[in-house]
Order: sequence, then C-alpha cells, then structure tokens
Amino acid sequence: MDLDLLSNIFYAMVRTGTPLLLVALGELICEKSGVLNLGQEGMMLFGAVIGFIVALSTGNLWLGVLLAMSAGMLLSMLFAAVALGFNANQVATGLALTIFGVGLSTFVGAAWVGKPLAGFEPIAIPLLSEIPLIGRMLFAQDILVYLSFALFGLVAWVLLKSRIGLIIQAVGENPDAASAMGLPVLRVRTLAVLFGGAMAGLAGGYLSLAYTPMWAENMTAGRGWIALALVVFASWRVFRVLLGAYLFGLASIIHLVAQGIGLSIPSNLLAMLPYVATILVLVLLSRDAIKTRLFAPVSLGKPWQPGH
Amino acid sequence: MSSSPSVPRLQLSGISKRYPGCLANDRIDLSIAPGEIHALLGENGAGKSTLMKIIYGVTQPDSGEIRWQGEPLKMRDPAMARSLGVGMVFQHFSLFETLSVAENIALAMGAAAGTPKQLEPKIREVSQRYGMALEPGRLVHSLSIGERQRVEIVRCLMQDIKLLILDEPTSVLTPQEADELFVTLRRLAAEGCSILFISHKLGEVRALCQSATVLRGGKVSGHCIPAECSDLQLARLMVGDAEGLESSYPKAGGGLPRLRVDDLSWHNADPFGCTLSQIRLEVRSGEIVGIAGVAGNGQDELLALLSGETRLPRSERERISLDTQPIADLYPDARRKLGLAFVPAERLGHGAVPDMSLSDNALLTAFQQGLLSKGLIQRGKVRALADEIIQRFAVKTPDADAPARSLSGGNLQKFILGREILQNPKLLVAAHPTWGVDVGAAAAIHRALIALRDAGAAILVISEDLDELFQISDRIGALCSGKLSPLAATAETEAVEVGRWMAGEFAPLPPITSPLAAAAASLS
Repeated sequence: MDLDLLSNIFYAMVRTGTPLLLVALGELICEKSGVLNLGQEGMMLFGAVIGFIVALSTGNLWLGVLLAMSAGMLLSMLFAAVALGFNANQVATGLALTIFGVGLSTFVGAAWVGKPLAGFEPIAIPLLSEIPLIGRMLFAQDILVYLSFALFGLVAWVLLKSRIGLIIQAVGENPDAASAMGLPVLRVRTLAVLFGGAMAGLAGGYLSLAYTPMWAENMTAGRGWIALALVVFASWRVFRVLLGAYLFGLASIIHLVAQGIGLSIPSNLLAMLPYVATILVLVLLSRDAIKTRLFAPVSLGKPWQPGH
Repeated sequence: MSSSPSVPRLQLSGISKRYPGCLANDRIDLSIAPGEIHALLGENGAGKSTLMKIIYGVTQPDSGEIRWQGEPLKMRDPAMARSLGVGMVFQHFSLFETLSVAENIALAMGAAAGTPKQLEPKIREVSQRYGMALEPGRLVHSLSIGERQRVEIVRCLMQDIKLLILDEPTSVLTPQEADELFVTLRRLAAEGCSILFISHKLGEVRALCQSATVLRGGKVSGHCIPAECSDLQLARLMVGDAEGLESSYPKAGGGLPRLRVDDLSWHNADPFGCTLSQIRLEVRSGEIVGIAGVAGNGQDELLALLSGETRLPRSERERISLDTQPIADLYPDARRKLGLAFVPAERLGHGAVPDMSLSDNALLTAFQQGLLSKGLIQRGKVRALADEIIQRFAVKTPDADAPARSLSGGNLQKFILGREILQNPKLLVAAHPTWGVDVGAAAAIHRALIALRDAGAAILVISEDLDELFQISDRIGALCSGKLSPLAATAETEAVEVGRWMAGEFAPLPPITSPLAAAAASLS
C-alpha cells in the first residue's frame, strides 16, 4: 500500500474516533465516581442540534461549540437531579434521558435538517504536518480534534496523577468510607455527571460542526452506546479508552476503503466491523482479572445517600 | 504544649443520648488522663459505640458535657475531632482497596498535607518509630487484615495525636499480632498519648489497660482497675448476673467419622478472594471440631462448599462425603436431606429472611421434615415447630409471627440454631455462632451445641473467636490463605500454637489415613 493512502487512513481514523473519544472520556470520569449515566446518546444528539442551530443562526462556530456543551450539561443536570438528588435508579434514569434527548433533538431540529453550514476547517501546522505517515494524522486536523488531544491529556493527568483523581476513585469505590472521611460524595458525583454531559455535548457539536457540518436526525448513529461499551471494555483505563476510540475509527475507515477497492464482501457485514473489532480487541485486553478489578469502580450504578 | 497531668485529657460528664425506642447512653461519666490506656468494656448493645461516636463527633449527645484538656466544648464533626488530635480506628476499616497505602493516607489528611509521594518518607518514619512495618507504595487490597489495621493506625499517628480510640482492634488479629499491637500502644502511651481501648476480651484489657469503665444497658456499671479484678468480677459488671457463664465443658472423643473432606482444592475466580488448597478434614460423630482463622482466609469459601452453595463437578464429588456418601456435587436441599444442617455467618439475609415471620423462616430449611403434604404447606405444623423453637431455646419474641428483623442478633441466632438443631442433623456446620451476641445468649448457644454433640451429632464450628473455640471444641485447627493446619485435640494445645497456625506457620499435612484405608493397608 502506498504511503499516501496510509497517511489518509490514519488521518481519517483520528477524525472518526474523535467524537467517540470525547463522549467516552466524559463517561469515564462519570463512571469512575460511581455513576452510570446511560444518557450519552441523548446528550450527544441534543448537543449536536443546539450547536448546529446556534452556529448557523449566529454565524459563530465557537458559540455553537459552547452552547453544544451547555446543552449536554443541561440534560446531565436533569439526570443528576433525578438519579443523585432523588436517588432514583440510574439505569432507568439514563435510558429515559436518552429517549428524551433523541426525541427533543428531532423536535428542535426539524426545521434545520439538510441546511448547509461551513464548519471548522482543518488547520495544518507548518512543517509538522509534512512528517510522513503521521504528520497529517496529528498536525493537519481541525481545532476540535486538537482540543480532544488536550482534553485527553487533562483527563489522563487528573485520573492518574492528581488529588482530584484520587477523590473520584475513592468516591466510586466506597462512598461510605469516603463520606466518613469527610469527602463530599454527592457533590463529587454531581460534578462528574456534569463533566460527562459537557463532553457528550462537545462530541455532538463536533459531529454537527466539524465532522459532517449539518444536522440530521439521529446523526450520532449509536456512538453514545459504543462509548459506554468502550469505557467498560477498556476496564476504566484512560489509555485504553483512547485506543478503543481510534480502533473504532480505523475499523470504520477500513470498511469504506474496502468498499472503494471493491472487495466482494456484503457492505452490511463490513459496516458491523467497527463494532465487532473494537469490542473484540478490548475484551481480549481485559482478561487480566486483577487489573480489571483494580480499575473498576465498585459502587458503579448503586444509589447512595448520606447519613448512615 | 502538653497540659499539666492533673487535668484529664478528656472528661465526659452526664452524657445522655436517646434513640427512638432506646436510651443508648444514660448519664455517662468517663475521664481519661494524658498517657493513660483506658478500657471501655461492655457487651454488644451496652452503648459503647454510641459513646464513641459522641466523642468522635459523629453524633451529638442530648445532654451532658465534654471537656477537652479542661475546656468545655461541643464536638461538631469528625473533622473537628481530628483537628483537636483525636484519632479513631474503626472495627470495619474505611480503606480504599484499589489505592495504595500512601494514597489512602493522603486522602484522609487533606490537600495541605501534600501528595502521596511527598508523604511517603513520613509514613516510613512513623511506621518504623512505632514498629509497624508498612510499605507506602503497596495497594491496600494486597495487604493482610493486620496490615490494613496498621494503615488505619499510622493514618491517625501522622498528625499530632492526643487521644486514640480503637474499636475492638484485636478481633481481627492473631494473638501474636495483638501482642505486637500492644507494644505499639504502650509506646504511644509512654509518649503521652491517651488511648481509649474498646473491647469485650477481659484478658486483653487486664494485660493492657490501667483503668476501665464498664457499661451495661447504656449506664456506667462500674469503674475499676482491671489488673485488680478477676474475670468473674469484670463479667459481672458487664452482664449483671454471671450465672450460667461456665467457662469449660467436658471434652469428648468422638465416634465414627461423619464428615470427610479429602484433598479439597477450589480455585476462586474472584481475584481478591481466597483459593482453597488441599483441605483435609474429618469430623466424627459426637465431637465438635473448631476452625480458627482471621477473616478472609478461606472461611467463606469452605462454608459455601460444605453447605452446597458452591458445588464441585460430578467427577470430584468424592472430595466431600457425609457418612461415606459423596456429596460435593449435591445441591443444598439434597445435602440437607442426608442430614446436614447449616448455620451461616450472616443472620439477616442468609440465615433468615428479614421481612418474613419466624414461622416462615422455620419452614425455609425445615420443609423436608414433614411440613409439606402433597406440596402444600401444613401451616399448623410449621407454627408448632416455630413455637417449639421459641420455647426450647428461650427466644425472646412476642410470637412466631414477628418478622425476623425485629429480633436482636442473639435472639435471632438462637432461633436459627434451634431451627437447625430440631431437625436432628447428623452434621451441623456453624459459622461464627456467637458473633455479635451478648454473653448470656452466647452461653445458651454453647450449651445447645454441646447438647447436640452429646446426642451424637458431628459439629464443625468456624469462628474468629479463639476463646470460644477453645471453650467448646474437642479438636481445633486454623485456616490461613486457603490452607488448613493440622487438627489437634484442644486439651493438648495452646492458644499460642493455634495463633501460629492462623499466621500460616504449619507444615503441609501428611497423607490422611482413614480407618478403612489403614485397615486395607494392614491387610495387604
């Protein structure tokens, strides 16, 4: 295969993996604190539609990004109020949130389907983007992809190096002990949920403002669900989330490339490839039971209230 | 900075605390001098933990006064207690298993104390000074129970500590580990730290504490100097009337083997759980075998394999046999039909269903004893059985319709044990039969077990309470890391030796020779 094709594949892999990476990072923080929010798909869609409408009507892409994040956060606030404030079942609340978000985004965006928008353009960094093979992948992307690199670095640092990461992990493992130690369990969890909402909104915004600058119903195409699976199969480890997201991107591209070359495999089967490949690789990686147990938040999904 | 020795470090006067339905603390007075090791003695439910929570600021007293180094104050919350120099080591540790020792300590100390890395030298220094070896980088899940307790204590010692409260600290330790802990506590006290030592083990209190406050039913029943009191005097203060608290039962030799566990190995899929290897064990009819060990060394796994909650494949069914019949592959109800009875460690939720009435709970394990007719429940017979249990085992309850959760721990345990005993089991397996049970009920449970033994049943008791095992069992062994020590006649061994077994100091078992195999060998 020639270098150019490979370079293009890598470039597209990162672009395709980026929305997944953004949602998954948010959900990772959320789950690490012990909260399972299944509303990712709904929050993403709502973020995507709000971001698109704002950007198109104001002409300001950055305002669109900002409000996409706020929209995701708004829905996650709803989740936090019901699941943490009223101690409702997290699974049921998250599912309801997704159904709500899908419907709401369709309703809000009905008049905006198919309108054209000039989205974020790639910014090639001089010299660096000329590096063969990986130059385009890392240094000729649009600004939101660069932002996702920075956010990945931030989340990795917080979880692995910072005191905040320790607190999140402690709250997720044993909220009773954390509370006895004086850590504000519910506040930590609420902030984690809000961060997850903002990241889902940003991922939605990336789809409608940069990846394919337009709005279409259900344009997230299940990425919110894949991100949820990604976090679990990555055994709650931040570098594996990155790996899984880009692997998914790569498999998506390969299916397009394979069609382009004209392989005689039914395209429906190829379209399954990203989902199957990503999960297969991560399952194989998470065979070490002790390591998995070390990173898994024990209290995940269990309602908790202070006071005993 | 230290105040004059005549001023008590902590003085409580007239502390009362009422919970709905009970007066947990009734005008309690307590005074601890600097550098004093003070025991707080009492049975479960005597009000020890309420008092402790008041001192540590977890709950507020309804009335009474707390003086700290002579100054009256209100202990608002644990953070305030900590800032005054009060440290507390809970019975159930509040540690995070997936974090390292240093990270656990850093979390408790607040951001100002520094990062885990920065704290490491100080952790090393403190743990060395007090003789509690600790490696700051290790993850807590890989530590033994004793080491986890050290983490809790070191966490308290990292700050300038003036009063250390320990809640039943030795209940999770081997006798040797307990001795090491006492050395540390004496050194701390010599440096001027006051220690409040909560326990119900009289021997320990006498060895360690200079003075004691005894609680009974929420009231102070006496202050005393433990070294000058006999066990019986202390027990009387704790229980009121010490009648029936006989501390020794005649030992029995036992008859034919009932339960045989033969080279039982079981791999635990849970990486934090315990894997059993080559357990060999024989319990004869008419004897009680006691298995000691610190929690988490394979007790739960062994119990599940014996009760049938965990089953082995058919090819390995000979690993456990009851009266020569292999049972390792049978479901619990099939094993019960063959004469096995089981008293699990957890009373509510495992031994009994909390929301169900006592008579329904009686039906749960005794339904094979003629309580069903053509698949229908014979309500009258069930009720009669429940009433018989309540009467024969002196269970304090309004009637058999009371839900299991309304009974105190001791009463419910008497009921569960009674239910199993009335089924005339050939083999009874009992886990922690008197854990959290008051002295009077414990004595009743011990007498019931001895009576069952004398009636010819084989009994296996798994317990963390070494004193209890020495009191009731005829042979004794210990579990450590999923391995079973040799069994020895209780009359011919000592707590120190069993303590060594609990710590894993025993040689691998020699090949077992059953009477049958021995006979076969002599014939050939």
